[in-house]
Amino acid sequence: MKDLSLHVLDLAQNAISAVADLVAISINEDAVSDRLTILIEDNGKGMPPELLASVKDPFVTTRTSRRIGLGIPLMLAACRRCDGDLEIVSSLGSGTKLTAVFRYSHIDRAPIGNMAETLVTLILCGINEKGSVDFVYTHMLNGRTFVFDTREIKAVLGADVSLTEPEVLAWINDYIKEGLANLHGGVQ
Amino acid sequence: MKSIQELEEIRRRTLETINVRKDRSGTRVVVGMATCGIAAGARPVLLTIMDEVKKNSLADVIVAQTGCIGMCRLEPIVEVYRPGEEKVTYVKVNEGKAIRIVNEHIRQGKVVEEYTIGAEDK
Repeated sequence: MKDLSLHVLDLAQNAISAVADLVAISINEDAVSDRLTILIEDNGKGMPPELLASVKDPFVTTRTSRRIGLGIPLMLAACRRCDGDLEIVSSLGSGTKLTAVFRYSHIDRAPIGNMAETLVTLILCGINEKGSVDFVYTHMLNGRTFVFDTREIKAVLGADVSLTEPEVLAWINDYIKEGLANLHGGVQ
Repeated sequence: MKSIQELEEIRRRTLETINVRKDRSGTRVVVGMATCGIAAGARPVLLTIMDEVKKNSLADVIVAQTGCIGMCRLEPIVEVYRPGEEKVTYVKVNEGKAIRIVNEHIRQGKVVEEYTIGAEDK
C-alpha cells in the first residue's frame, strides 16, 4: 500500500463484513511522543479466540474465494518497519478493536494519504446486512481535533436522501479535506 | 468553508429529482475493492467513475464495489453490466481509462475493446 489511508480503507472493510453498524476510525498524530496511532473499532460480530490468535498470519482468512488474506499482515509489516506494532482485541459478540502504532518520525513511515477519499469510498461501500454503516472519523494532530460523523449528516439529509448520492459524497469529500487542512493550519 | 446549509440545499435539490430516478433499470458498474484492488489503485478509479457519473448526470447508473474477483495481477478490475448485454470486464484500469469507459461504454454503449480482459490476454 502506498499510504496509510489505503490500509485504513482495506481494514475498515473487514468491519463492514463483520456486520458492524458503527465503525470508529481515529488517527492521532503526536509529534511530542513521536507516535502515530491508528484505531479502527467496530461493533460487529467479533472473532472467536482461535481466529483472533491466527489473524495476523497471511494464510488465514475468512473469505472463501481463496486461502490467503493480506490486509492485516500488510498493515502489521508497515507498523513493524517503523518501530511500531499492531494489536487486535476482539471477542465474539462485542466487536473488534484494531490499534496500529508507528514511530511518527520514522523514515519508512508512509504518509497518511487521502483520508477524505477513504471515507467517501467506505460510505459508498458501507452497506451490509444491517443497512448503511455509520462511520465516525476522528483526526487528532498535536492535540487539535477534527471529527466527522455520518450520523450527523444523515440527520440533516433525512430518510429520503441517501449518503451515497453523488452530490452528497462530493460535499463530504470537500468537508473532510477542509477539516483536515484546518488542522494543519489551513494548509492543504 | 463547507457548511451544513449547503448540505440542506443538496438535500432539497436531490429530493426534487429523486422520483425521476426511482425506476433504475440501468447499468451497474462494479469495482474490485479487496486488498489487491486497493493496493493496485482501485480507490481513485472508483471515485473517478463516481465523478464522471455525477458530471454527466447519468441517473440510471449504479456504481458499486465487490471483493476480490480472483485475478489480482489484473487489478484494478472494473465490470460493467448493461441490461440485456453480456458483462464486460476491464482490467488494469486507471483514472484515464475509467473516464473513457464511462464516456464510451456507459454513455454511448461502445465497449472500449483495448482495455478489456480479452485484449489483455492476447
